[in-house]
Amino acid sequence: MQLELASVIDAVADSLTGNVLELTELDAAIGDGDHGLNMCRGGEALRAEVGSMATMSVAQSLCHAGHILAMTIGGAAGPLYGSMLMAMGKTIGPEPGLAELGKAMLAGVQAIERIGKVVAGQKTMLDVWKPVSQHVALDGATVQSIRKLASEAAAATVPMVAMRGRASHLGERSIGHMDPGARSSELMILAVLDAVEWNR
Amino acid sequence: MTDRVGLVIVSHSIDIARGINDMIRQIVGAELKVAFCGGNADGGLGTNVKAIQDAIDAAWSPAGVAILVDLGSAEINSELAIEMLPPDRRDTVVVCNAPIVEGSVVAATEARSGALLKEVRRIAEELSPQ
Repeated sequence: MQLELASVIDAVADSLTGNVLELTELDAAIGDGDHGLNMCRGGEALRAEVGSMATMSVAQSLCHAGHILAMTIGGAAGPLYGSMLMAMGKTIGPEPGLAELGKAMLAGVQAIERIGKVVAGQKTMLDVWKPVSQHVALDGATVQSIRKLASEAAAATVPMVAMRGRASHLGERSIGHMDPGARSSELMILAVLDAVEWNR
Repeated sequence: MTDRVGLVIVSHSIDIARGINDMIRQIVGAELKVAFCGGNADGGLGTNVKAIQDAIDAAWSPAGVAILVDLGSAEINSELAIEMLPPDRRDTVVVCNAPIVEGSVVAATEARSGALLKEVRRIAEELSPQ
C-alpha cells in the first residue's frame, strides 16, 4: 500500500480540527467536554512532526506518532490512541498490505483492551476499532466497506450504556449519546480513507 | 537493609499529589522511596505519561513500585507508562485500584514494614468498594 504519510496526517488533522465543535458537544454531554480540543492538539502535533517522520519506516513512524499522541492529547484518549499506534508499530512490517495492516490494527486493539481495561460493548473507542480492525484483517475489506462499518460502529455506541470513563458515572443517562471517542475514531478512519482515495 | 517497595502518587493535580506525599512523609519518615506527579504537559490539570515514567524511575526499587492514582486518565497513563518500561521492570510495577489518599497512606505504612509488592497492593485495594 503506497500512501504518502503527509497526506494521511493532513487529512486526519484537518478532520479533527473541522469537527472540533461536534466532538466538544459529544463530550460535554457525557464527559468533561475537552475531547474536541484535545484531539485537535494531537492532530496538530502530528502535523508538526511530518518532516521528521518522512525518513522513518512504517513501523518507526507509527511508534513515533503513538508517542506524540500519548504526550499531547491528554485525558484518557491520549494514552489509548498512543498505545494503539505503538502496538501497531511493533507489529507491522516494512511494506504492509491491507491484511497485514489489519493484523497490526488488531494488536493495537489488544493494547486498548489491556491499557484501558475495556471490552467491546462498553461505549468506548474500542467499539469502533475492534470491528473495523477485524474487518480489515480478515474480510478482504474495501475503502467503501471500511467506511460503512466505521460509521455504523460509531452509531452503534448511541444506545449503549457507558461502562468506562467519566461517562460511566451517568449510567443509563449515557444512553442516546454517541461516545466521543468512538466518533473521533470514526473521523480518523474516514480521513485516512479519504487520503487513500486521493492518492489513487 | 532489605529493599522496600517504592510508591508513586499520580493525581490530576500536582497540589493533591504533593499533599499526599507530605502526609506519607509525616507518617513513615524519609525511609521510603516516594515520588509524585500531577498535571498535564502544559502544567494544567491532567496527567502525563512522561512525568509518570520519571516518577517510577525516582521511586524505583528492586522490590517493585506501587502506583496510586486518582481519576481515569491517571490510571490509563500509568498503565501506559508501565507498558513502556524495559521488559525486566514491567512485572514489578503495579497500579493499585484504591482511593488515592487512604490507599497511599496504607500502602506506605505497609511498604515501610517491608511487605512484598503484592501485599502492599492487596492492603491498599481492600479500601475499594467491591
